[in-house]
Amino acid sequence: MREITALTIYELAERLRSGEMSSVDITKAYLEEIRKKDGIIGAYISVYEEAALKNAEEIDKKRASGDEMPLLSGIPAGIKDNICTKGISTTCASKMLENFVPPYDATVIKKLNDQGFVMLGKLNMDEFAMGSTNENSYYRPVRNPRCVDNVPGGSSGGAAAAVAANEAAFALGSDTGGSIRQPAAFCGVVGMKPTYGTVSRYGLVAFASSLDQIGPITKTVRDNALVLNAIAGYDPMDSTSVNRPFGDFTRDLEKGVRGLKIALPAEFLAEGISPEVKAGILSAASAYMEMGAEIVEVSLSTLEYALPAYYVISSAEASSNLARFDGIRYGYRAENPASIEDLYLNSRSEGFGSEVKRRIMLGTFALSAGYYDAYYKKALQVRTLVAGEFNSIFEKCDLILSPVAPTPAYKIGEKSSDPLEMYMGDAFTVPVNIAGLPALSLPCAKTPEGLPIGMQLIAKPFDEALLYRAGYAFEQSHSVRFDIDGRCSS
Amino acid sequence: MTGEYETVIGLEVHCELKTNTKIFCSCPTDFGAEPNTQCCPVCIGLPGSLPVLNRQVVEHAVIAGLATHCTIASRSKQDRKNYFYPDLPKAYQISQYDLPLCERGYLDIESGSAAKRIRITRIHIEEDAGKLLHDGKLGTLIDMNRCGVPLIEIVTEPDLRSAEEARAFLQKLRAILIYTGVSECKMNEGAFRCDVNLSVRKKGESTLGVRTEIKNLNSFGFIVKAIEYESKRQIDLLESGRHVTQETRRFDPASGKTFSMREKENTDDYRYFPDPDLALIEVTDVMLRDWQASIPKLPDERKAEYVAGYGISAYDAEMIVSRIGVADLFERSAALTAHGKILANLIISEVFRFLEPDDETVPFSPRQLASLADLLAGGRLNSGTAKQVLREMAGKGLDPEEVIKELGLEQISDTVLLEKLVREVIAENPKTAEDYRNGKTAAIQAMIGKAMAKTSGRGNPVIIRDLLEKALDFSDLAW
Repeated sequence: MREITALTIYELAERLRSGEMSSVDITKAYLEEIRKKDGIIGAYISVYEEAALKNAEEIDKKRASGDEMPLLSGIPAGIKDNICTKGISTTCASKMLENFVPPYDATVIKKLNDQGFVMLGKLNMDEFAMGSTNENSYYRPVRNPRCVDNVPGGSSGGAAAAVAANEAAFALGSDTGGSIRQPAAFCGVVGMKPTYGTVSRYGLVAFASSLDQIGPITKTVRDNALVLNAIAGYDPMDSTSVNRPFGDFTRDLEKGVRGLKIALPAEFLAEGISPEVKAGILSAASAYMEMGAEIVEVSLSTLEYALPAYYVISSAEASSNLARFDGIRYGYRAENPASIEDLYLNSRSEGFGSEVKRRIMLGTFALSAGYYDAYYKKALQVRTLVAGEFNSIFEKCDLILSPVAPTPAYKIGEKSSDPLEMYMGDAFTVPVNIAGLPALSLPCAKTPEGLPIGMQLIAKPFDEALLYRAGYAFEQSHSVRFDIDGRCSS
Repeated sequence: MTGEYETVIGLEVHCELKTNTKIFCSCPTDFGAEPNTQCCPVCIGLPGSLPVLNRQVVEHAVIAGLATHCTIASRSKQDRKNYFYPDLPKAYQISQYDLPLCERGYLDIESGSAAKRIRITRIHIEEDAGKLLHDGKLGTLIDMNRCGVPLIEIVTEPDLRSAEEARAFLQKLRAILIYTGVSECKMNEGAFRCDVNLSVRKKGESTLGVRTEIKNLNSFGFIVKAIEYESKRQIDLLESGRHVTQETRRFDPASGKTFSMREKENTDDYRYFPDPDLALIEVTDVMLRDWQASIPKLPDERKAEYVAGYGISAYDAEMIVSRIGVADLFERSAALTAHGKILANLIISEVFRFLEPDDETVPFSPRQLASLADLLAGGRLNSGTAKQVLREMAGKGLDPEEVIKELGLEQISDTVLLEKLVREVIAENPKTAEDYRNGKTAAIQAMIGKAMAKTSGRGNPVIIRDLLEKALDFSDLAW
């Protein structure tokens, strides 16, 4: 029998329902796995063993009393540490919020609590979700469970690594420019960035408000849809959440891809992309053809403008969103300031890491008088253009297939000295956020060394069920298996 | 010298709206609660919290705009104004930058002998900040109860030319906001406060002088004093060959002077940008129609009715409508008496004294005032004794007739009695009488006063004057 922690949510739920396993059994197994591995992987910033077991026990009791239980009841998960949890520290992997304990739960946490999920702990990330490698964590970098010398991706690196390393049955991450999809691709798991407005942002510590979305990271496509079922939905506390019925995201899983038109934009496979990734995507395209889909070559000519526009918009919003961390009411405060200006200056200089400071400066500049039109306003115009070009592709096609990142996971430290090169790695994921679209990241191949290669499926707004359908079809026919001993052949 | 100058004034008025809850969360807005008892993650800007716009704020702001003849934007947005200050927990204020809800309105005021139109540039919605409390022992503390209290900011064009015009405009504006139920405008709670932008220039010049901004004035008295002081200060500067520095100034009520706070303005960059947490505000035609229909009779309309119906002057009518409590009482009292004009005079000269600045309650009933007007009209009281009756009745619901009897205040119009007193006064003041006869007719005032004193103020002053004039003019006749 497979180990408990290797099972999917779907399988775990079945065993819980049949009484074959208890939530306490499952929770213990995950806690054991965390104890064994996380010293090396570093997926968690904090783990709450006692609370998790107590919670699992209560769920088991409730189930024993014959109550009808929601699907995620008793399933242990990790939560990215930028999602507020009442009474439980929420650090954003920053020195600034090292001691911050929110007095309230994010809406997604409320929803998962309603389901009776078991929270194992809070997951490591790049500080304030800014980064693509998890090297920007104030606490420690996360290692890629497939290959421990490599980065897990970011910013939801802890979330992807925890799921890949069987340290959580699922995880919630957040995606502003690829922060769910890219680490999912690097770690060989499934990550969804839902349509903007699908999942409430209430309680997600904002990075870039117009781009941020919370989404699930899971072992399988079906699991992913099951978690999205639990967290999606209109929230009156979030003015940007969309009031519409979402339905069951697993509804179309088994329908196959026959007759679907899948667009393959040439720009995504142009220069700068590694041969393994290109080969992986092309082989995924042929797999879809074999399954009866039609591959359509298209162009997304605005792709090259999306990245700079993204960095202007996200940094501008971040510069304002992160201004509240001023050392006055909560969070880090510098000692012995000579004046109020000093207090601000020193608290922020000492409390933020260098990548966060870089983005705050970039964003502050972009919004400054005299530069606003040239940067921020122009970026908004690009945003409209990119969204328009996606729209016109979706008039002819059902889905877009693309790489998630130009390369597989690289070595820790390899790119950390060159921010610009790091930013280039986001080129394929940020257009999706710019346009507010949903996109699914799932493994499509692996390198000879055993490193995962991910593919990205993009759909029109609120077409998540179609993404899951296409993702599931591929997963069922072309499942890619990875080692989890962290010793890839490199 | 100062006669050659004119003062140019534009106002920015901040007014707290009368809503049950704050602008972006469901915390109460009550004034005076224990510090930090009316806050939540949203209004104190905790990480992860999000604002959701209170629709009542939009309704109130639009009604304020409609009542001041503004154009209402069918689509407007909210922007972030970024700056660091300890009373601003998000380090940005959610306000409106380039697409305010209301634009291009006006108000007509009574200025001197004529009406004058003051243009309103815009009205936008925004959130209030918290309050810093400076404690000697503990240092500076922050009360967040006021964070997120909804405000409208009303900005005028630089159309005002004097402290009195500014006062008239603010009184009118405040009345409109109270009439429409948009705000209670309690000035001592800071719910209606004003920044004054002021410059001076030689009369006839068309360009504006360098202006200063006097911040946060919260009483009409302070506003008038601050404007008078500041325009004199600027004129003195120019007259002595110096120049005015563009800066923000603070008014010190104790000394009646303004002091420089910081030299600035052009250097401030608030990095406004549209708040991505909030959707566009849409005001539909249906909303506009409903809200327009909900607006009650406004001061100008009532004013016109009073002028036409009671023969009172526009200036007096403007006074009466400036306080809704007074206007309501005037209308109800006027229905009970045939002497509307006397009633109006009584109210303007006496009743206003009984009003608290922030309270529309007048401590008299319509019946009391109507019967007092009748008593005045019937010559049974004079204005001096009417004042005494009012003082006695205030808040007690007494009948004026009874008060008069109890205090023995009924006017003495008995000519026999009064003539005797008049003769006594002339006899006792031969010098004054002589002055009058020699052409100093004003001397009669002093003699009326003496005669009134002999009646303990109850004498009918008209009859006394009449008797005095006759007695003095025909003094050669033997008594």
